[in-house]
Amino acid sequence: MSDQRYAVVCRGLRHAFGSAVAVDDVDLDVVEGEIFGLLGPNGAGKTTTIRLITTLLPAGAGMVEVFGLDVARHRMAVRRTIGYLPQQLSADGSLTGRENVELFARLFDVPRGERKERVRDVLAAVKLEDAAERRAQTYSGGMIRRLELAQALISSPRLLILDEPTIGLDPVARDGVWERIQEVRRATGMTVLVTTHYMDEADQYCNRIALMHRGRIRALGTPDELKSGLEPGATLEEVFRAYTGDQLEESGDFRDARRTRRTASRLG
Amino acid sequence: MTHAAPAVPPAGSADVPPAWTTWRLLPARVVAMCIVELQKIRHDRTELYTRAIQPALWLLIFGETFSRLRAIPTGKVPYLDYLAPGILAQSTLFIAIFYGIQIIWDRDAGVLAKLLVTPTPRAALITGKAFAAGTRALTQAVAILVLSAILGVTLTLNPLRWLGVIVIVMLGTAFFSCLSMTIAGLAMSRDRLMGIGQAITMPLFFGSNALYPVDLMPTWLRVISHVNPLSYEVDALRHLLIGTPGHLLLDFGVLVVAAAVGITAASALLGRLVR
Repeated sequence: MSDQRYAVVCRGLRHAFGSAVAVDDVDLDVVEGEIFGLLGPNGAGKTTTIRLITTLLPAGAGMVEVFGLDVARHRMAVRRTIGYLPQQLSADGSLTGRENVELFARLFDVPRGERKERVRDVLAAVKLEDAAERRAQTYSGGMIRRLELAQALISSPRLLILDEPTIGLDPVARDGVWERIQEVRRATGMTVLVTTHYMDEADQYCNRIALMHRGRIRALGTPDELKSGLEPGATLEEVFRAYTGDQLEESGDFRDARRTRRTASRLG
Repeated sequence: MTHAAPAVPPAGSADVPPAWTTWRLLPARVVAMCIVELQKIRHDRTELYTRAIQPALWLLIFGETFSRLRAIPTGKVPYLDYLAPGILAQSTLFIAIFYGIQIIWDRDAGVLAKLLVTPTPRAALITGKAFAAGTRALTQAVAILVLSAILGVTLTLNPLRWLGVIVIVMLGTAFFSCLSMTIAGLAMSRDRLMGIGQAITMPLFFGSNALYPVDLMPTWLRVISHVNPLSYEVDALRHLLIGTPGHLLLDFGVLVVAAAVGITAASALLGRLVR
């Protein structure tokens, strides 16, 4: 390893659900401090890759390291370095914003003396201090996403993992979520690993991108490298189509579609 | 400028010495889950009231009627006194047996995945949920015991016995909520869990000593009652609350073992839910 340090290293990573291979021989390096985008159509294996990195699924073959820690052997230590925002809306609507964040402060063993202040600070960081005492079920879609971001940030993670963070949000709310992510990253230098199928977001915010299709990484590079690699003046969307063969809307199974729609409908 | 930039501490400061976590992890997680449960109850008390209706009917109608009929021999103890601890156990059973629905809901909403990416071992998460169910059951128990006292049931005044009641209700609810979460791990859907829950609650209730003494049962039912943890819960509650002779140590032992087995089984199946 040269002077670059890696937040995530995957080698020969593979996972199958029965006979369906979701992640197939994936090699991936996420450099510390970068925003790394994992792009692909529904069912490409992005979420499964995330689940393998976050210790939720055991790897069928291959290995994952997070900050040099083998995920299979150091599950608890790896989890302490990760902030995770799943694709679905996962804040508890029956609790207030503050209570939602407090729960995760307790689950990450934030010392009692610091808890109140830390909770207040992350809520301020995502611009929810005024809504902190309201129940999350009264929040708008963008506010819920920002609340979940606060939950993921309460442990001061070195690696923030976001699975489709802006799915179903309107453009203004999408910008709001990304601005908060950018601010926190600038302030802390943490690494961000994000999955999305919004090409404009990937182009605008990611330092590097991996295009994933049918469980494999098809292309890897900075947005500019990928675009100029196809042809001068190409858009990221065209790169995406070139590698995935016009499959933007046509893949993904029933469960994927249902989850996406459920999230979208809950966001209103 | 002090507040504009996100005041998140430098990355990596959440690292906690391993020695601290090993012995405090489980109680810390249980406390965290119980606090959330209390916060939820505080925000929405509807369920507390609606769930009090059924036990109230059992005590008011069934209890009062059978007290007058004197059909069930309970020795010197008035039937309503005899029944009250049984109804208390029954209503905590009802809370617990459908608790697994929450974990399926958590799975569908992504909450479960998020909880499992925190430094919380599966067994600690299940134990936390089990005792959170116990916390909810305790708030229910207060309502039933107040009603019982109003109806004239002579309850103990000994604070140590009340402490025992809390422990027994917690353990009993922990076991039955783990049974529910185990079924959730097998059934994998809310509808199926509802069906199975409905199918087993009444056999568990009638196959226990909640309504009538074991001596009155036919032999086959007596066998069921002997392997039914609800019977041990009722026996302990009856002994503690109204002072009937009981087997407190045995009851406590059975409930501890049952809760431990339940936690183990539910934790083992939790992986199926996040897959």
